[in-house]
Amino acid sequence: MSPPILTLTGVGKRFPGVVALRGVTLEVARGEGHVLLGENGAGKSTLINLLGGVYAADEGEITFDGKPYRPRTPTDAFRAGIRVVHQELSMLMQMTVAENLMFERLPQRRGIVDYRETNRRAAELLDEVGLDVRPTTQVARLGVAQMQLIEIAKTLVFESKLLILDEPTATLTAKEVDRLFDILRRLKARGVTIVYISHRLQEIGEVGDRVTVLRDGQLVATRSLTGLTIPEIVQMMVGRSVTDERAFRADVAVSGEALRVVGLRRDAKSPEVSFSVGKGEIVGVAGLVGSGRTETARAIFGADRKIAGEILVEGKRVTIESPRDAVRSGLCLMTEDRKGQGLLLGMSCAENITITDLAKISRHGLIERDEERDAATRLVADLRIKTPSIDQTVRNFSGGNQQKVVIAKWLFRGSKVLLCDEPTRGIDVGARAEIYELLWTLAAEGRGVLFISSDLPELIAICHRILVFAKGRIVGEVGRGEFDQHRILSMAYEEYGT
Amino acid sequence: MSEAAEGARGRRAAALWNDILRFGLREAGVAVALVLIVIFFSLTAPYFATPENFLKIFVQIGINTVLASGMTFVILTGGIDLSVGSVLALCTVVGALIMTNASLPFAVSIPLALLGCMGVGGLCGFVNGFVVEQWKVPSFIVTLGMLNVASGAARVVSNNATITGLPQPFIDFGNLIVFGVFPSIFLIAVGVILIGWFVLGFTVFGRFIYAIGTNEEAVRLSGHNPRTYKIAAFVISGLTAGVAAMVYLLRLNVGSPIAGVGYELNAIAAVIIGGTSLAGGKGSIIGTLVGACIIQVLSTGLQLFGVGDNVKPIVIGTVIVLAVVLDAYRDRYLRVVDSR
Repeated sequence: MSPPILTLTGVGKRFPGVVALRGVTLEVARGEGHVLLGENGAGKSTLINLLGGVYAADEGEITFDGKPYRPRTPTDAFRAGIRVVHQELSMLMQMTVAENLMFERLPQRRGIVDYRETNRRAAELLDEVGLDVRPTTQVARLGVAQMQLIEIAKTLVFESKLLILDEPTATLTAKEVDRLFDILRRLKARGVTIVYISHRLQEIGEVGDRVTVLRDGQLVATRSLTGLTIPEIVQMMVGRSVTDERAFRADVAVSGEALRVVGLRRDAKSPEVSFSVGKGEIVGVAGLVGSGRTETARAIFGADRKIAGEILVEGKRVTIESPRDAVRSGLCLMTEDRKGQGLLLGMSCAENITITDLAKISRHGLIERDEERDAATRLVADLRIKTPSIDQTVRNFSGGNQQKVVIAKWLFRGSKVLLCDEPTRGIDVGARAEIYELLWTLAAEGRGVLFISSDLPELIAICHRILVFAKGRIVGEVGRGEFDQHRILSMAYEEYGT
Repeated sequence: MSEAAEGARGRRAAALWNDILRFGLREAGVAVALVLIVIFFSLTAPYFATPENFLKIFVQIGINTVLASGMTFVILTGGIDLSVGSVLALCTVVGALIMTNASLPFAVSIPLALLGCMGVGGLCGFVNGFVVEQWKVPSFIVTLGMLNVASGAARVVSNNATITGLPQPFIDFGNLIVFGVFPSIFLIAVGVILIGWFVLGFTVFGRFIYAIGTNEEAVRLSGHNPRTYKIAAFVISGLTAGVAAMVYLLRLNVGSPIAGVGYELNAIAAVIIGGTSLAGGKGSIIGTLVGACIIQVLSTGLQLFGVGDNVKPIVIGTVIVLAVVLDAYRDRYLRVVDSR
């Protein structure tokens, strides 16, 4: 085998409170198709962001094409010959296909763009990758699939040596996927190395020669795809064993119904979703990102549109058109994006807690500072939020404490049903345990909890039941006692072709 | 003294120092700048430190302070209102027309003029807010449109003429100086600021204004409808434009369709110099008052220096930008202080 084009030795990256990547040692051979696999949060994105110059590694060495490689910006990566195609495409929408293709190297004569040459070369490139669009077409008029192929075709413009693709097939139809693989094979034939991230296990053999599995920021194994079966791959992805069974509280009795969702549909194309959560019950939701977990929770809460479906809170039918309706009906949503959607980052801890129900601490529209102070102080103590004062701005809080503030604000409102989307993301182990304990206390007081998480061991540790989502619908329900990581993971991937 | 006790005292002293720093940076930064500027001019510019001069400054900040107080609400929610200058013009015309109506005694016409000004201003503000929220058009565009619409309306209503002949008691009130120190115009401005301060600092409504500017989506997902509050902020800006129009009439005694040209930019400058962030969520109306004072003091001081009208805008323009740059440094430093 020729010497590897890319070598990672003991590469690590940490963010405040979490270790995203730890001691990853990996070799990618020249001209191979290398598939990266792992559950959400396993560290795949961090890895490609390190290679793409978005973040800098905290530790370890990277060698690319025989030279030490330490990109500081995406431009460094691209100059070195690495091209990353992210899920979020960054096209110049108002410009033409040719301009997009050639943008970084527009042919010019004395500072004036030579459009004839630009279009001629673009046409050549498009022909080479077998893409049937006119160079002069405005990009905004193309479909997502074509845009993606153009992003990939740019690889040829820069004669990039390594092409990194982050879930390129996530939004494509079967036909478009075929076209994509066709182009990737052509690139491979020209000697381009491809690192490929995908959740669709059945398609990884199309361009992949070897597969690397990541889990919890660590490398599990690198294997040749020849002779490797899909169950074997799933086995590699199945996480650590469940460590803390004590988080589950068997003493809490489930009595009555907190939430029932019947026939919920988000749009004309999405399937129906029905389930219920009991009082005192924690129901886990497993599934891949984009499987409809977050989308369903947001639709229930009225944050996004829904076209059909009945929602019952404690047996009573409620109409939910907006988050305002949902909150009044006793629901709350702890969003996945804590900082962007959950918190008022620049405001104080107390102000964040009371925002859900200012009527409770005001008279005739005037805020009673003392009552606000008392209420916030009580919740800060109850939830053991670590802060020197309730006047501190929550921006400076750790992830765990910020999440507790989010829980506190909904406790202040007196919500009966808690929809929690990735409540422990980016939170360290100690704080996680506290969050679990807290959610259990709330459940024991008769609330229903829907717990969405990408961390399967976590769901297994604390939930009564787990609903498995795939392609927008519930593909399975597993009760406690039948929990099995392998089985749940298989269900989540099944729809995508295991 | 034991080492432990000494350590505790050191810690307490450090905590106190942090508190002072935090207060100084967060609340008093701009005020300190104002005091320094006043001292500088008092020492160097002839006639600056005279009672007559201060009286003049007090009168001159009136219009801008009132306009800027309403502007503070809009900017705190993350919007902008470019229409206040020409809404003011429209209101001066409306107010002057009401007061010059011969069939009304002044005891009726003056309050009626105030109501008319606030009504027209509030309506313009409501239209601004409603269009912004209903069709999600950037407030920059909507209020730029309103700037032209109101200006045209002022010309139409006034028949493109200035309106004079306001009732004498009204004119007298405009020249009134309470206790020989506070011009009536200044008291009105301070009154508006105090109301704004109270609303922003002590009411549920004020809390929402800050919260929406900080993170509108979080407010929505907390079960509220930000729309109402954002429209209300524009209405408030329109109302203060109406009040500012009355102040304009008190001071200049003439309603004019070409009044208030460029006033919106002065108001925005006062808000920004006062430390309110254009991104919303951060700032105070007291800062706005101080910002308005800084602009006027600079203007007057430079005048007394003999700096001509041509050079003055260069200095004031520089100060606006400088204020925002310093603000960024202040923020960074505040975070350091906060996190220790």
